[in-house]
Amino acid sequence: MYYYDIIFITSFFILLIISSVLLGKYMAGLYDGKRTFLSPVIRPLELFIYRLCGISETEEMTWKRYARAFVIFNATGIAFLFLLQTAQGFLPLNPQRLPGVRWDTALNAAVSFVTNTNWQSYGGETTMSYLTQMLGLAVQNFLSAGIGMAVVLPLIRGFISRESETVGNIWVDLTRSVLYILLPLSIVVCLVLISLGVVQTLKPSLIAHTLEGAQQVISVGPAASQIAIKQLGSNGGGFFNANSAHPFENPTFLSDLVENFSILLIPFAFVFMFGYMIKKSRQGRALFMVMLILFIMGLGIMLYAEYQPSPALTHAGLAAPVNINMEGKETRFGVLWSALWSQSTTVTSNGSVNSMHDSFMPLSGLVQMFNIGIGEVIFGGVGVGLIGMLFYVILSMFVAGLMIGRTPEYLGKKLGPYEMVMAMISMLLPMIALVIFSAIAISTAAGISSLNNPSSHGLSEILYAYSSAHGNNGSAFAGLNANIVFYNCTLAAGMLIGRFATILPALAVAGSLAKKKIVPDSGATFPTTGVMFIIVVISVIIIMGALTFFPVYSLGPILEHLFLNELKLF
Amino acid sequence: MKQFKISILIFLVLSFVFGILYPLSMTGIGQILFPKKANGSVVFLNGRIIGSELVGQSFKSPWYFHGRPSVVNYDASNSGASNFGPTNKKFIDQVREAAERVKRENGLPADAKLPPDMVLASASGLDPDISLESALVQVNRIARVRGIDRPLVIEILNKTREKQYFNLFGNSFVNVLKLNLALDDLQKRK
Repeated sequence: MYYYDIIFITSFFILLIISSVLLGKYMAGLYDGKRTFLSPVIRPLELFIYRLCGISETEEMTWKRYARAFVIFNATGIAFLFLLQTAQGFLPLNPQRLPGVRWDTALNAAVSFVTNTNWQSYGGETTMSYLTQMLGLAVQNFLSAGIGMAVVLPLIRGFISRESETVGNIWVDLTRSVLYILLPLSIVVCLVLISLGVVQTLKPSLIAHTLEGAQQVISVGPAASQIAIKQLGSNGGGFFNANSAHPFENPTFLSDLVENFSILLIPFAFVFMFGYMIKKSRQGRALFMVMLILFIMGLGIMLYAEYQPSPALTHAGLAAPVNINMEGKETRFGVLWSALWSQSTTVTSNGSVNSMHDSFMPLSGLVQMFNIGIGEVIFGGVGVGLIGMLFYVILSMFVAGLMIGRTPEYLGKKLGPYEMVMAMISMLLPMIALVIFSAIAISTAAGISSLNNPSSHGLSEILYAYSSAHGNNGSAFAGLNANIVFYNCTLAAGMLIGRFATILPALAVAGSLAKKKIVPDSGATFPTTGVMFIIVVISVIIIMGALTFFPVYSLGPILEHLFLNELKLF
Repeated sequence: MKQFKISILIFLVLSFVFGILYPLSMTGIGQILFPKKANGSVVFLNGRIIGSELVGQSFKSPWYFHGRPSVVNYDASNSGASNFGPTNKKFIDQVREAAERVKRENGLPADAKLPPDMVLASASGLDPDISLESALVQVNRIARVRGIDRPLVIEILNKTREKQYFNLFGNSFVNVLKLNLALDDLQKRK
């Protein structure tokens, strides 16, 4: 790592923060129902959609109706996407004549894309027709992101409103999210990506005759339109099997910067938007600092691990320049930009990769799994990441409340047992489920049969798969062959648990908070903007993650790190 | 029941907007504004498609620069990586084998230290580039087999290589297909 790398990364982040503050302000206005600069163009379309679907823009919902609508909408999406995949053999826009997708793969993919996970047990170019990619997967990239952005709004409104029974209208929140935020950004990013070499065509695969006279079949397709939204919407499902490492998904260093920027942009913006919506931007900034510090810590560990030459490689006679650990990494990205991407994609629930996480150093794998395991609250997925962080804040205020002997409160709302129970369900259920599912997988023949690597790395492969599913991340230690009935079904169950156990409790808390009065700040209120607050929240997050996962991490990545340094291979 | 109806209606409407209008208009605009890029940056030679400048292809013959090892053998219809973990014995054995092959092919001493990307497989299996170090390892072989001077090969390498960070600083690497085309071009002109 050179000095100019640091300068470059710092400028990248400054640009990102400036953009996300502006976007956050725009989003806060949008969700408050104000006119935006895009309203003249989009407002007619928005109104047209409301009329077509019979949505009343002013109708407010209780949290229970909001939650029911959320569940129904997800079920609709899963059913449609499942049918589309299984029927693709009979449908148009299938120039490679791919057959219908097998039931368990189709089920897994349907759940995966609807829950915003985008875990892929299949290879894109060999499984999904252009129609399925466009009308099924890419649509869910928009809708799962949009609904994820919508469901955080009730929680924020819960903090603002006084003695209210309602939390907003899910259809309006969804429509505004996809039309005013995701669509315009996707159009811009898509066109930029095409200009840099990402393919966007409906023609069949290219057939090339290489310089040495061999035949090379090159898959193409309508990729750019899907990749733009996959990065912006924390989706991450690749058009091609190699995801964003594929030259047609991410052809140059510049496209890598654009895509990495897109991964972080909306998650960053949500934190600032939170501050603007509650009219206390310092609160938003405090949460942003918590996330940024955790982000830098993780990135630091990962860069340290990746820049250390692997003892096994130096022993095998390789030179040790800057980019030594290049297995599963692309030349145009090198170690640095692969590590930055890997950190970005695991802290947000994005899950796209520009390098193969399975081949990262053990300590990097530890950071990746930790980022996902704690529930992706370091910026997190669009919308839902902020939910997770607010639950950690509720827990932290509870802990702080115990220490100073006062009823915990946040932003003037008293936090009672109900909020605590919901927060704990939301945090613990996915964590416990992921540990239990992993335990089942390593103790059954079906679970073990899919491993690509032996010993502690094999354990990491299984652990990573279930972390990714429960965290709705979607990245993988991709050596694990997850395209068997056992993994397709258990991982689909994990994704559903991860999605609903986060969002339903959040809506319940939103309903409960909305009903409460706002108590004015007294002198003894624990300030939630200062350094002390930031330290408490960071500690709670790290302790929570460490308590849950340390035992199994020590058998996985930590043990592997020790093996590697002792040159013990398996 | 009302929510159920709304749910299906809005799903269909938004599917139409994002699943048909959006991708098709992007395809249309992309094809008009950036036809070469949108169709895969195809390289033609004598009217035939010889590949894409973004996608690596397999080079095995001694008169061409070789790319990185590819798990899918540069099959661009099925991208993929080894996904070997760092303590996998099979992985390290393959690295040793690859290192021996590269040393043999390029007439390097047995204790030579090789640039890592020359023997480690890429993430996509289609990496079009190699590091400058990996190209330099092969220069002597190219010069010998093609019967041209070493400085000439290095000159072509210098002309073809790409620089990161908007040409300011950073690692540089070279696109193997472009490099080999430049070599062929030079010898045809002679």
